[in-house]
Amino acid sequence: MTETAVRTVLVLVENTADAALRSPALEALTLARTLGDVVALTLSEPSRPALDQLAEAGVDRVLQADLGDAPREIPVVAAAAVAAAAEHVRAGLVLLTSSFANKEIAAHTAWRTGAGLLIDVTSLADDGGRLVGGKRVFAGTWDTECAVTTDLAVATLRPNALAAEPADAPGAAAVERLPVAAAAPAGLELLDRVVHEVSADASGVVRPALAEAAVVVAGGRGTAGDFGPVEDLADALGAAIGTTRDAVDEGWIGHDAQVGQTGVTIAPRVYIGAGISGAPHHHGGMQAARTIIAVNTDSEAPLVEISDFAVIGDLHEILPAAAAAIREQRAAAADS
Amino acid sequence: MRIVVCVKHVPDLQSTRGFTAERRVIRSADDGTMNEVDENAVEAALGLVAAAGDGEHEIIALTLGPDVAADAVRRALQMGADRGIRITDDALAGADYFGTATALAAAIRRIGDVDVVLTGMAALDGLGAVVPSLLAAALDLPQLTVVQELTYAGGALTARRELDGVTETLRASLPAVVAVTDLANTPRFPKFKDIMAARAKEIEVLSAADLGLADAASTARTEVVLAEPRPPRPEPEIVTDSDSGAGGRALADYLISNNLI
Ligand SMILES: Cc1cc2nc3c(=O)[nH]c(=O)nc-3n(C[C@H](O)[C@H](O)[C@H](O)COP(=O)(O)OP(=O)(O)OC[C@H]3O[C@@H](n4cnc5c(N)ncnc54)[C@H](O)[C@@H]3O)c2cc1C
Ligand SMILES: Nc1ncnc2c1ncn2[C@@H]1O[C@H](COP(=O)(O)O)[C@@H](O)[C@H]1O
Repeated sequence: MTETAVRTVLVLVENTADAALRSPALEALTLARTLGDVVALTLSEPSRPALDQLAEAGVDRVLQADLGDAPREIPVVAAAAVAAAAEHVRAGLVLLTSSFANKEIAAHTAWRTGAGLLIDVTSLADDGGRLVGGKRVFAGTWDTECAVTTDLAVATLRPNALAAEPADAPGAAAVERLPVAAAAPAGLELLDRVVHEVSADASGVVRPALAEAAVVVAGGRGTAGDFGPVEDLADALGAAIGTTRDAVDEGWIGHDAQVGQTGVTIAPRVYIGAGISGAPHHHGGMQAARTIIAVNTDSEAPLVEISDFAVIGDLHEILPAAAAAIREQRAAAADS
Repeated sequence: MRIVVCVKHVPDLQSTRGFTAERRVIRSADDGTMNEVDENAVEAALGLVAAAGDGEHEIIALTLGPDVAADAVRRALQMGADRGIRITDDALAGADYFGTATALAAAIRRIGDVDVVLTGMAALDGLGAVVPSLLAAALDLPQLTVVQELTYAGGALTARRELDGVTETLRASLPAVVAVTDLANTPRFPKFKDIMAARAKEIEVLSAADLGLADAASTARTEVVLAEPRPPRPEPEIVTDSDSGAGGRALADYLISNNLI
């Protein structure tokens, strides 16, 4: 890339058919603006409010891929659209938010386009024309940076790596259709796809999604299967609920909620782990949390050792007391 | 059925992990193991062979890595794989995702007539979770990835996967690439006689030239430019819940006074 050319950054924006864009998409757009001219790509028809949000994020151009009958849920099909769009706008960077499905789309896009691939970065910067992505690895003990040596880079950005901000000036968010010829790979069939019900608290308030929540309250084997105290504190804080593989294995809670190397990777502002020992498999999935709080009967649990703050005692007493104290404080603040 | 299982040698999660001065992951025989989820991949291969029933079957464990990586192949042989292949070459040292996938795909083509390529969902050192997709792309095969439940019947594979708020069921005809999670099965623990039997099994070593890989195929598209240990975390602030409720209030106070809510 020469000094004079402005890089075009293509951002895959999901859920544009919904009333509101999700925070990770807005975070990706915020980062994209620092790296070049932003073009948003969507695989479905965007709603009016979604277009308004794209405009607020400074997006002038929105590409709506038209995949015909091809099943866009299959990553290879979505990748065909991303690769076609990248070529269409001569992108220097394709940015996606990190999720299992998006990593697959990113891999296939990079394969098709010959792009260098950065997975799960928490930062991306321009270093003399080269894109450099940062990532914390080995349970938070090392910082690494990786430079892309090809003209085109494909990167997935972890949710919560940065704060979403509106652009200085709004964009036009004009939609342009892009026909894409794609088909599911021969021999592959999607038999069934069930979207899970969103989890809500007792008063019907929808809990934030685990991967993108600012605060996560996680409960492990120490709950002994009773997630009541975990839910109580999570709802007092407006937090998402997480767990360990042991609790999933026990059938106490779904795999969706599993934090760790073979579950969801999270980077919330605050992580509270109750009745969780802090095995390396779990730690690897929450190492990026800014503040780590442990609640455990064992003061020598590994999670206590890596925490910023720990309460030693029974979570069944501590979590409800903490939830009550937070609700009290909120009520007092509302009164004054 | 002929199955290739891709297994990776990674630093043990319990060991102190780090990078060399050349910014490569430190790999040693003492602190290394087979990537744990790759044990699930080997177990899935053994399960498919059992489900396929009578007939000729072969399970080949394949790795790309230096001498110590032979340990991962050895482990697969102890679990029941029939033979092993290790790709190694100075030209492939420090290969990125593409170099890795290109070399593994070349070996799979060289083996020939492969019905299923099995992998773990992610290497627990880098957590990329992209090599399976790249293998599917390189070999032009359908993929079943992040698989929690795998069944084989009527010549086709059916997989259930649960991700990002959806549960999907997919079916693929053979040949296909399959990446399993740690929930897909429980890997067997090799017995003494399996460990002895594995000693007699062959591990073939292949170079980039053996695979017809030109330099360009293994040229990395990314370069690690920094690897720096982080300072140790400060000591935690620890409160003991002396009487019921005090610990909870302390937790609430910590959140409030640090502006965390
Ligand atoms: C290949 C592989 C992949 C894995 N992937 C993951 C993963 O992605 N995520 C994951 O989480 N795990 C994963 N695991 C499992 C992991 O190794 C641990 O077994 C698991 O994280 C432990 O869960 P836990 O902390 O809930 O249970 P435990 O380790 O049993 O810890 C329970 C803790 O609760 C405390 N406790 C008990 N009673 C109370 C009480 N009343 N109040 C407060 N504290 C109490 C105990 O002191 C203890 O510290 C994986 C394992 C393998 C082999
Ligand atoms: N060097 C390697 N040799 C053999 N298999 C590998 C190698 N790297 C990755 N794999 C396979 O690909 C899976 C996912 O790895 P990754 O995409 O690196 O997270 C692993 O579980 C292995 O099955």
